[in-house]
Amino acid sequence: MVNKNTLITYGGLGLFGIFGPILFPEYTLSIAYLWMMVLMASTWDTLGGQMGYNSLGNIAFFGVGMYVSAIVQISFFYDGGVGEYTSAMGSIKPEFTDAEYFYGLFLGIVVAALVALAMSVALSTFMFGLRGPYFAIGSLGIAVATAELTITIDYVGGASGISMPLFPGDIEFRSTFFYILCFILTIISHFLLRWMYSTQFGLAINAIRDDEDKAEAMGIPTLVYKRIGWGVAAMFMGAIGAVAGNMAGFIDKEVAYPIPTFGIFMVAMVLLGGKGTLWGPVVGAIIFHVVKETTWTYLLNLQWVALGLILIVNIVYFQQGLMGWLQTKYPEMFGIVVDDGNKTEKEA
Amino acid sequence: MLDNLQLLFVWAPIINVQVILEGIFVGAVFALSAYGLALVWGVMNIKNLAQGDFVIMGGYMALSLSQANVPLPLILIIVVASMFVYGWVIYIGIIRRILDQDMFVSLLATFGLSLLMQQVMNLIYGPEVQIIDLHMPNFDFFDNMVNVPSSKILSLCLAAIIAFSVVLFMKKSRTGQAIRATAQDPRAARVLGINTDRIYAITFAFNSALCGAAGVLVAIIWVIQPFYGITYSVRSFAIVTAAGLGNLPGVIGAAFGIGLVEKYTGVIIGTAYEVAAPVTMLVLVLIWRQMSMRSNRQVLR
Repeated sequence: MVNKNTLITYGGLGLFGIFGPILFPEYTLSIAYLWMMVLMASTWDTLGGQMGYNSLGNIAFFGVGMYVSAIVQISFFYDGGVGEYTSAMGSIKPEFTDAEYFYGLFLGIVVAALVALAMSVALSTFMFGLRGPYFAIGSLGIAVATAELTITIDYVGGASGISMPLFPGDIEFRSTFFYILCFILTIISHFLLRWMYSTQFGLAINAIRDDEDKAEAMGIPTLVYKRIGWGVAAMFMGAIGAVAGNMAGFIDKEVAYPIPTFGIFMVAMVLLGGKGTLWGPVVGAIIFHVVKETTWTYLLNLQWVALGLILIVNIVYFQQGLMGWLQTKYPEMFGIVVDDGNKTEKEA
Repeated sequence: MLDNLQLLFVWAPIINVQVILEGIFVGAVFALSAYGLALVWGVMNIKNLAQGDFVIMGGYMALSLSQANVPLPLILIIVVASMFVYGWVIYIGIIRRILDQDMFVSLLATFGLSLLMQQVMNLIYGPEVQIIDLHMPNFDFFDNMVNVPSSKILSLCLAAIIAFSVVLFMKKSRTGQAIRATAQDPRAARVLGINTDRIYAITFAFNSALCGAAGVLVAIIWVIQPFYGITYSVRSFAIVTAAGLGNLPGVIGAAFGIGLVEKYTGVIIGTAYEVAAPVTMLVLVLIWRQMSMRSNRQVLR
């Protein structure tokens, strides 16, 4: 299956991933966000593109992961727990030793992923009884409700948030460290999804997208596959949420549940690149991030207006995305054989 | 929380009157925007996530007009007329191109529109919370325990008048009949000589005008802010999901219900939960709808 083009792409991306931050150290965090967006777009596409369940609420797992990791990291080594550590409580800053910090961070990421997974499984029975627009609206509702309920919990600082433990070591090592975490998580997610799409799971979720009733009639245990798909997405969203929380250094509702930013970015990126393909989200995320980073500061207050416009134009006029457009334009590049005899007169 | 419950039901049951009145006042406004949503959804299968932003936009128009000392009835007419035109423009620019696409497209396109409108309003009016002050008297009952501003009574009457004229329009006028016919069967409607494209445009513009009217009322009795739109959208979706499409009595009932739930949550659990209440209601309504369908091995689609 692995052909020359794919190898070149992986080689190029890998070299960029390794040498990018070495050559342009001032952009390390920006590239880290790039990988984060690639991860978000890819895992969104599992449901949105491959399975046909368009979720607007995957960001909920991101925020839950962020808060869970904060709780784990802090209360594991500090007796007072998060309750005494929030910014509402003043500036109590217990010092962590290096070992404690890294061990806590690792544990935080793992627990965040597991809690997000558990949350997706708990919600799945109800959520997957909803189809089409109801699923999208329901998941948006879940995201907004999670965000609103989180800030009412005083234990995690309510609306005023938590400041995360200080990173031991200097600032440059800090960005490199979080960069490596983001890069590794993205690589893991990409290859896991690549492998999963090549197995029966990929076929099954595509069948669900095309016609769920028929898929069910064929004996595919649809709910199980849907749970797996959403669970994988939730797990990675939780893990990257934990990393992002530590990267930001301070978490509150706006950082943890960025529904109008990352929550919509990930959908926009997938649509830009072309949904339902492995590379579409990656390409879309890279284009989106590069365009955003280069133009954002010049647009002054108009960035959000521009974002809305991009979304509308993208969805109304350019729906199949870049990869979809390439696929119809140059099918032979993707190994799709087009039988010209079947073309209608209009197309030919 | 227990204290609040005691306050409501043991010490001062009269406060219930206040809460119920508040619920009815806000429910009346929700009913207008929810009916518009149900109309567009039923007639052309578009789920408009920008519904709440149409409401807020109407509110801001009214705010600008009232700052120019335009009298209230004229404000209402101007806002309704200009929102009608705005809805028509949006239909031609966006909605017409996504009519026959799958539903997520309509959700996402209108979400993009919602972002756009929020930001433009934010640029023009700034992120502050604003209100139209009509300088009208307050009424107090029961030793000041129940306090009713006359602007709220006025807005309730206006909402009733608007709802009544909408019903009359849908039932009696030729256009209203054509809209209902198109909702039932667009092909048959076309065969019978109804220009369905025009009907779609009218329906969307009509929805936008309804939202605009609701926005005027919101600006009078409540506050408006560029980013409050999404909660109105969520409430409208919750109401429509609970009531079903094309069911005006159901929509009104559900709207009052959600208004009451919101106000009671605010009083009993705390105002911090007042924003979470409509969203949680939406999720609960979806759960409930789905449970009732699952017993017949069906899903909500």
